[in-house]
Amino acid sequence: MALNRPHILAALGAPVIDFTQSCGALFLFTIEAFRCIFARHMLRRVAWQVYVIGAKSFWLILLIGLFTGMVLGLQGYYALVKFGADGFLGAAVALSLIRELGPVLTAIMITGRAGSSITAEIGVMRISDQIDALDVMDINSMSYLVSPRLVASLIVFPMLTAIFDIIGIIGGYLTGTVLLGLNQGVYIARVHSSVEMLDVRGGFIKAIVFGVLVSMACCYMGYFVHQRRDSAGPEAVSNATTAAVVLSCVLILMFDYVLTSFLL
Amino acid sequence: MNSLQPNTDNPPAPWNIELDGLCLGYGDTVVLEEVSDILPAGEISVILGGSGCGKSTLLRHILGLNRPFKGRIRLGGKDLFALSPKEFRKVRRRMGVLFQDGALLGSLTLAQNVGLPLFEHTNLPQRLIDEVVDYNLSLVGLEKFRDYFPNELSGGMRKRAGLARAMVMNPPLLLCDEPTSGLDPINSAQMDHLLLNLKRNFSYMTIVVVSHDLSSMQKIADHVLLLNRGRVAFAGSKADVWKSEDAYVKDFLERKEPLETHTHTLSAEASRALQRWIDP
Ligand SMILES: Nc1ncnc2c1ncn2[C@@H]1O[C@H](COP(=O)(O)OP(=O)(O)OP(=O)(O)O)[C@@H](O)[C@H]1O
Ligand SMILES: [Mg+2]
Repeated sequence: MALNRPHILAALGAPVIDFTQSCGALFLFTIEAFRCIFARHMLRRVAWQVYVIGAKSFWLILLIGLFTGMVLGLQGYYALVKFGADGFLGAAVALSLIRELGPVLTAIMITGRAGSSITAEIGVMRISDQIDALDVMDINSMSYLVSPRLVASLIVFPMLTAIFDIIGIIGGYLTGTVLLGLNQGVYIARVHSSVEMLDVRGGFIKAIVFGVLVSMACCYMGYFVHQRRDSAGPEAVSNATTAAVVLSCVLILMFDYVLTSFLL
Repeated sequence: MNSLQPNTDNPPAPWNIELDGLCLGYGDTVVLEEVSDILPAGEISVILGGSGCGKSTLLRHILGLNRPFKGRIRLGGKDLFALSPKEFRKVRRRMGVLFQDGALLGSLTLAQNVGLPLFEHTNLPQRLIDEVVDYNLSLVGLEKFRDYFPNELSGGMRKRAGLARAMVMNPPLLLCDEPTSGLDPINSAQMDHLLLNLKRNFSYMTIVVVSHDLSSMQKIADHVLLLNRGRVAFAGSKADVWKSEDAYVKDFLERKEPLETHTHTLSAEASRALQRWIDP
């Protein structure tokens, strides 16, 4: 019987090979999605997806951004006041939001709100032959379903990240000055003097990269839902949706580290 | 006014569908073996067979959605899987397909669904697209439902809408997966009538209908392909199918019960448990 058990190397290797293969496939999928951008009616489809993805996540981003900023203000104040540096609260809040928390939290929120529904929608289309029907009508299913979501994400992620940053800085201002009695002018002056174009650019680069990662991971999981080995039919769609959210979050944090180490 | 008017200036040459030693299936499972036949150009071929015998699978392969393990499919003499991507797309543009469940896009209304190929491939103004869409919807009796979404319709209505979408570009190859199943007798007869009309008006149209409806086969078929147990049980003209001496063909046509009687029985324990559930 022991002979039938896979060798320990094989047992360890199989998931690694699987993961590597998926990454390769995802990469090719992304290239194909970029290649299919130049199609008829693309502007119209992109506009619709910007509305769908953006509108779905807008209020959530406002809410999360406000509270993130407020918490940062609170935590930052009590940390800084120990060194008598509470005047630097504005700088601490603005920099951590713009460089790090804004892009990452926005991307994770959009993943949960819009990304999961992208996977579910495309997955249902796959299992009910709708994607095959598109292909048979010679309507490129990549440029009909995937590329518009990619382009829309390239637009929506930076925009929502910017909104998140601004509303977060306002949240920090509220706790810092209204609640904790910091000088209002000092907060704003510190924000103004500490944030440089480099920080803003880095934040936007992250947002754009996350946009590609999230939209592609979610589209990929839905598009190939019929090739899942763990399940089939509606169950596969639900598994794919979970997998898409997990994969997106992992990719966001992995690439966040990589990008940060390059941008700093 | 009438999209049933053939384009007489330049009618495309009719295409036949040649199946040559096909062996097909999914993954490791073989569904059909040694399928060879020629579905004649400009006529209606009916693919018959019991449920689960692989009719839809065969259709998916003819559409080029799946690759056969072995053998060739030639459309109008061109080997489907040896074409360049560009030629392959050209061939696809000649096909109109009705999937078994309609496969309408859930996010579009019926009118948008039916007009989708026109919207994507032509430069027609919206006014003309609407006109063609309304005409095709009226052919299948759905003109009142143009602004409904697919999930607001019954299965039979979705199927009819799927046919309207398949026909909207007047394709030289029309492939329908069970157009009449799930339809009431009147709608079903209307569907047969519609297919016959298409054949009469478009001499170039090759129509393939997957079905297990014998009366419909009797009415519309020119050519019959009967599948059984992963193989071809009969392939030939409708006249010949009735003369066939093959046991399965005869049983199928006469709707005979299978000879081997059902041997499975429930255990006494299971029957008692069921009985108790109904009548505690
Ligand atoms: N995606 C798939 N993966 C694996 N096996 C499949 C798949 N689709 C169908 N099959 C199998 O292939 C066989 C034929 O299925 P198919 O859908 O072609 O039958 P059918 O003749 O169209 O039946 P029906 O008349 O009920 O529509 C079945 O045994 C089915 O289990
Ligand atoms: Mg079928």
